[in-house]
Amino acid sequence: MNARAADLAPPLLFGLVVLAAWEVGVKLLGVPAIILPAPSAILLRLVSSTPTLAADFLQTIRGVLAGYAIGSGAGLAVAILIDRSPFLQRGLLPLGNFVSALPIVGVAPIMVMWFGFDWQSKAAVVVVMTFFPMLVNATVGLAGAGPMERDLMMTYAADYSQTLRMLRLPAAAPFIFNALKINTTLAMIGAIVAEFFGTPTVGMGFRISTEVGHLSIDMVWATIVVAALTGSAFYALVNLIERRVTFWHASYRTRGN
Amino acid sequence: MKNVLPVTIVLVALFALWYGAAALMNASLQEDAFANAGDTNYTTGELVAAALEMERPKLPAPHQIAAELYKLVIETPPTSKRGLVYHAAITLEETVIGFVFGAAFGIGLAVLIQSTRILERSMMPWIVASQTVPIIALAPMIVVILNQFDITGLAPKAVIAAYLSFFPVTVGMVKGFRSPDPLQIDLMRTYSATQGQTFAKLRAPASAPYFFASMQIGAAAALVGAVVAEVTKSEDGGLGARLLAGSYYGQTVQIWAALFAATALSAALVGLIALAGRIVLRRMAFSR
Repeated sequence: MNARAADLAPPLLFGLVVLAAWEVGVKLLGVPAIILPAPSAILLRLVSSTPTLAADFLQTIRGVLAGYAIGSGAGLAVAILIDRSPFLQRGLLPLGNFVSALPIVGVAPIMVMWFGFDWQSKAAVVVVMTFFPMLVNATVGLAGAGPMERDLMMTYAADYSQTLRMLRLPAAAPFIFNALKINTTLAMIGAIVAEFFGTPTVGMGFRISTEVGHLSIDMVWATIVVAALTGSAFYALVNLIERRVTFWHASYRTRGN
Repeated sequence: MKNVLPVTIVLVALFALWYGAAALMNASLQEDAFANAGDTNYTTGELVAAALEMERPKLPAPHQIAAELYKLVIETPPTSKRGLVYHAAITLEETVIGFVFGAAFGIGLAVLIQSTRILERSMMPWIVASQTVPIIALAPMIVVILNQFDITGLAPKAVIAAYLSFFPVTVGMVKGFRSPDPLQIDLMRTYSATQGQTFAKLRAPASAPYFFASMQIGAAAALVGAVVAEVTKSEDGGLGARLLAGSYYGQTVQIWAALFAATALSAALVGLIALAGRIVLRRMAFSR
């Protein structure tokens, strides 16, 4: 417990120093609020505009979660499907790499056109963004079980699904979780950027783009704080689940004992 | 080379799927168009053929996008504002300038972090946490803020490209500087090498694979940043501006053409860095 407190102290202190320097700097230099509002002003805005921010949050998180679940799930399913065919793998993975070079913001206007202004189009953008990281990672992970373990499963006369369930999926778990963690960030970015291209008049991306237009930068920062907290919490949640599921992995084993 | 056949077959299957989807998705639109024209006497074949040639389809067929690309890239002179080459050049310029500054800043920060223990312990968690923040969300605001300082034109977009590309570079390079084996670091200590010598002779060369990996991620991120910035500030042109204009006027073919151009640009940048990486790493005798 003490060791953890010692781990936490430097970053916390650093954060506090940055915040304090920001507050004092803004006040002393008289930086106008439309350029950089002080942290206290942002906090004030967070408190006074809570209902708006909550409504934006609920609107955006729907697209994020739906897209995240569908995109990651489909990526994993396709990875398992093509796992049996090296031919398909060799055909699909280079294409996957090309698609991941696609600046995903470009997909947003198309999805808005197909699925309308509401959260469904944001979920669709998130699906496109999260599918390929999961496909690529899970494919690598599924190939990761060693030949010795595979032979062992064969001597047990385990069939394909047993080998998959008991050996290869667990062996792929670190890779799958890696993709799940990458995807938390991508999902938030995708949903917010997709909202720049059209929404019902609610949502974090909508709020950012309109409030920038009104030059109420403190509201923009308040929304960014909410987005940052959401993104970090989402990431931390997946991280926690990963620790529970892959407690046997080398990167977690060394600590604690 | 052994990938050529599978990729070709998957591509052919993909195009077949695409044509099928385009016909299906555009059919109802085309039915309405026929109905409006008072034409009720058409066969399914005619409907499909017309659905693949619509001017504003829901999903343009591949040959329409190819034709649009041909028209905008080959037939239009590169200096014309209506051609894609003009806009792609704007985006490329912002991306490259932003990327160079972003990567340099990211590497500098990584050097600073790896050389100062307390900085690493206090800053790294924030840098990792900042990865979970949708940084792109800041793009519109940065453009407006820089506008206040009379910084306009190319600079704000390059700033956003730099801003997006420096995080992956910092994280990757810190990892790279820490990648040498403890045994090798101990060896440097037995030579009584200074910190600077250890860095120059062991850590920096050892980080080369990480350098090229993070450059690839950084370049792709810089391009995304430039495109997003162009969406926010579309009056100066660029591929992002084309995307936005296309989505305003429902010009789907134009959106898809811009999207393809952006993807090709990004793939070319990343591919170039990967190629340079492969050559350099082979010369440095990294085992891959």
